[in-house]
Amino acid sequence: MTLNMYLKYPFSLFLKVLVILATAVTCFTLLFLIGYILIKGIPYLSLDLFSWTYNSENVSFMPSIVNTIIMVIGALLISVPFGIFSAIYLVEYAKRGNKMVGVIRITAETLAGIPSIVYGLFGMLFFVTSLKMGYSLLAGIFTVAIMILPLMMRTTEEALKAVPDIFREGSFGLGAGKLRTVFRIVLPSAIPGILAGVILSIGRIVGETAALIYTAGTVAELPKNLLSSGRTLSVHMYALSKEGLHTNQAYATAVMLLGIVLLINMLSTMMAKKIEKKS
Amino acid sequence: MTAKINIKNMNLFYTQFQALKNVNLDIEKNEITAFIGPSGCGKSTLLKSLNRMNDLIEGCRIEGEILLDGQNIYGKIDVNALRKRVGMVFQKPNPFPMSIYENVAYGPKTHGIRSKVKLDEIVETSLKNAAIWDELKDRLKKNALSLSGGQQQRLCVARALAVEPEVLLMDEPTSALDPISTAKIEDLVLELKKKYTIVIVTHNMQQATRISDKTAFFLLGEMIEFNETETLFSIPKDKRTEDYITGRFG
Repeated sequence: MTLNMYLKYPFSLFLKVLVILATAVTCFTLLFLIGYILIKGIPYLSLDLFSWTYNSENVSFMPSIVNTIIMVIGALLISVPFGIFSAIYLVEYAKRGNKMVGVIRITAETLAGIPSIVYGLFGMLFFVTSLKMGYSLLAGIFTVAIMILPLMMRTTEEALKAVPDIFREGSFGLGAGKLRTVFRIVLPSAIPGILAGVILSIGRIVGETAALIYTAGTVAELPKNLLSSGRTLSVHMYALSKEGLHTNQAYATAVMLLGIVLLINMLSTMMAKKIEKKS
Repeated sequence: MTAKINIKNMNLFYTQFQALKNVNLDIEKNEITAFIGPSGCGKSTLLKSLNRMNDLIEGCRIEGEILLDGQNIYGKIDVNALRKRVGMVFQKPNPFPMSIYENVAYGPKTHGIRSKVKLDEIVETSLKNAAIWDELKDRLKKNALSLSGGQQQRLCVARALAVEPEVLLMDEPTSALDPISTAKIEDLVLELKKKYTIVIVTHNMQQATRISDKTAFFLLGEMIEFNETETLFSIPKDKRTEDYITGRFG
């Protein structure tokens, strides 16, 4: 539109300026935040921080990175299969209009909306105390696994629903049973969507603090086994900034976290592209 | 000659709505039977009852009998085995998102064929029977979704043939295709009739006259008239059939 037309419709001009402004503010905030963290953190991102042991002189985040990886793998191992299978039940097996399905959906949505500190409290009372796991990676893994389960289930459900019915009909029409149709036709088509759910879940685990402080504890050492207590990167950052003695190192940790999230996003985009090309 | 399929006093309901009313029809072996009629007349519904694809629709209920070689398909039978005997080609080409080879091999693998040699053989004959082997033989590993719509539909025919069905149901198989692809499918159907019993639903009356031996005309869930195609189109007995084929409605 030319300037003349905008003068004719001033409200249209106003709206355009408004949306541009909104975009600018959003972008600026994000860039400012990232820039701030990078500028504050990168100078302190020394090689010492990658040493295998943590002590009060050198607040290495290497043990935390190892713990984070264990936490992510452990929680995914539990919640990915459960999430996928329950989604398969909801989409492929449950009859439409089934009351149970409604109840399960509401439950999942409620679970997804609960603040993570509540999961932390539950994890502490149940896994740490009642099941006598103590502050341990295992208790942390179970707690986060429960936390991301609804997310996994919902994203898989959406991915399965997005698979066109004509694929299912084609498979049934050839005399294939339900099981074969679901596992050979529907599930492979839904993988990119499911993968997106996995990525979101990893993001939540990596960023989690509240639920982990109360279950996995804050020990900053390499774990001996799954029953050892251990802090993840986010918890490490929280601990450093709370103690107030190593704020600069907390910023360096934040840079590391940013890097990890960026890496995960890049990997997932690459993987999704590869899968799309193949199919 | 006994018919391949006998439909006897068949009524079909979607919960409360009656979609088919007392249909009686015999489908002969090695013939092409066409179902014509305006949208919503129940012709596709009837076609889908022939291999129980309606089972997938909730609230669908059937009364009466459909006999395949004298056996009631709504009796105690294995539905998957039935669908192997009565194959289907759908309105919209629906190849699976996998390679051309895998698409054709999917059916035979479903029914327990594992040998690579045997599968290779089935894929080749099926594609040849669907008259698409020459176009595809060098790109069997390619994704089936990269084919044109017409090729996809012929691939779907090959996929259906790969499980060696006795009856082939076709639900408006050319409605999404261009005229050239349509002609290819029609030639193919005429060729296939030597080996298979074919039932085809079509919106296109010229198509019915070009390829079918017998035609059934449906209106609002009732089968109005069923006859040799030539007779039905030249001297229809029922006024409603005449109105439809002369284009007064529909």
